[in-house]
Amino acid sequence: MSTNSIHLKKEILVRIVKAFFSENFEKQARLIPYDMRPKGAEVPFRCCIYKERAILKDRVIAGLGFAIEDDDETVSLSEYAEKSLERKEPEKNPLTVLGAACKACVPKRIHVTDLCQGCVARPCVSTCKFGAIEIVNGHSVIDSTKCKACKMCINACPYNAIVKVAVPCEDNCPVNAIEKNEDGTAKIDFDKCISCGRCVSKCPFGAVHEKSQLIEVLKLLKAEKELTLMFAPAVVGQFPGTIGQLKSAMKKVGFTHVYEVAQGADVTIKNEAKELEERLEEGQDFMTTSCCAGYNQFTKKHLPEIEQYKSDTKTPMYYTAEIAKKEHPNAINIFVSPCVAKKQEAFENENVDYVLNTAELGALFIGLQIEIANCEDEEIENEPSKQGRNFPVSGGVAEAVKFRANCEVCPSVINGLNKDSIRLLKKYAQNGKCDDGNLVEVMCCDGGCIGGNATIADERTAKKLIKTILDNSKDIEKEETKENATKQ
Amino acid sequence: MKKVDVKVCMGTTCFVMGSSNLQKLIDVVPRKFKDNVEVSGMACLGMCSSSGEYSKAPYVKVNDVVVQEATIDKVVEEIERQLNEH
Repeated sequence: MSTNSIHLKKEILVRIVKAFFSENFEKQARLIPYDMRPKGAEVPFRCCIYKERAILKDRVIAGLGFAIEDDDETVSLSEYAEKSLERKEPEKNPLTVLGAACKACVPKRIHVTDLCQGCVARPCVSTCKFGAIEIVNGHSVIDSTKCKACKMCINACPYNAIVKVAVPCEDNCPVNAIEKNEDGTAKIDFDKCISCGRCVSKCPFGAVHEKSQLIEVLKLLKAEKELTLMFAPAVVGQFPGTIGQLKSAMKKVGFTHVYEVAQGADVTIKNEAKELEERLEEGQDFMTTSCCAGYNQFTKKHLPEIEQYKSDTKTPMYYTAEIAKKEHPNAINIFVSPCVAKKQEAFENENVDYVLNTAELGALFIGLQIEIANCEDEEIENEPSKQGRNFPVSGGVAEAVKFRANCEVCPSVINGLNKDSIRLLKKYAQNGKCDDGNLVEVMCCDGGCIGGNATIADERTAKKLIKTILDNSKDIEKEETKENATKQ
Repeated sequence: MKKVDVKVCMGTTCFVMGSSNLQKLIDVVPRKFKDNVEVSGMACLGMCSSSGEYSKAPYVKVNDVVVQEATIDKVVEEIERQLNEH
């Protein structure tokens, strides 16, 4: 299943940018669903053009930064546009569900298909512990009120006639925070949600949206404020061109200062390597990384017992924002990455004012007709290391610490947070011991940040682009050995 | 046999709207058609700049035929159509 931001969602973001810079933002915002599905247009996805437009309207509401759940259908998009301009700060809880798109997907259940042969042995009936299977007209039928979805019957049927009808958002949420309620719509429980964005990327209907902060940023750009844009290492694999060209393109959008967050990643590497040495020396068996925003929320909400084994080192975003604030104290700091969890992290960091995702940055480039290939390949000051730039690829963080550290590092990589990897982490926390290595790297997204919910490029392309950059980057300096340090 | 020349637009608009995921075309398609097909990534072909046309990106050119909202399947289908014409 593709994890990239779908075409429709990206098109809407571009249309919002265009509407914003038009002569009448409110009117153009109201017209977005009609421009996308004009009278007589083909109806590619839904039952009729009216439903298509209604769903597009909901997507625009999220694009303007509001919760779709709060919409009572009487408020027009022009009113939403007006409200978005007046909004003082972005809404909390960065995710919202588009109910009308979501209803197309049936609730999770176990289903007997017509491959059922009505056999004599009836292993499904005998394995079911809940008495949920009956034979009707010679075929097995499941009573959904009794079925506990244990899947025993699926394994028992020799004809593979029984299947589990999946609900991708539920199946991919590592912490059971999203669930279809009685009316068939998925609902997010924000007490449990770790904003990892897995539901966003796994829903084939694109029904889970980020509440965008695009309007906040557009307002600042229009007012020509002093702005600092910090771009995560994963952003590099999402656009064509060199880093120098990408930086010029960002400045052309209107960002005054541009920082590579890989610069902050270098600070993370140094601190984390030192911390690992100290902890191992003190006799601790293992340490986990702490740079994934989704993982950090996961430990806080669901596995506090592992926090003592988690590194206290801050994230690359934290250090970059600190550096940027020191160098440009009056500028407003904006962070961009393919990750929605960073929005939550930014709410807790006074040095980060707003967060964009890569699709929204892409929409700015398209809306303002900026061609990266035609931008000047500007010189890079304070060039980050190869290791810092490799942070967004699964395994990259652990490798970086291993390269820098002055002790034996044996990495163990958790590539994607899911029920299996959570079981592993629980085991490590309970035993205070990890048999798989002494540095456990945890990334919520499959493949690392390059598998984030708002990525543009697939993993393969992103990896290739990042590799080109790495080949021309310098190694981070290694830590001094103890003997050298005492000599000086 | 007829030669087919495929140009994948790698301009910013096309890249963001999806040509970043057409890398497979460049990697796999020439092999599949035994060198009757040549695929290359191109700088902006200029098809996105007229008003509203960004929504039809990514663009791929198969000889003179422009494929809109290009996907791997759509492009392969067009290649096959052109190869079978003769």
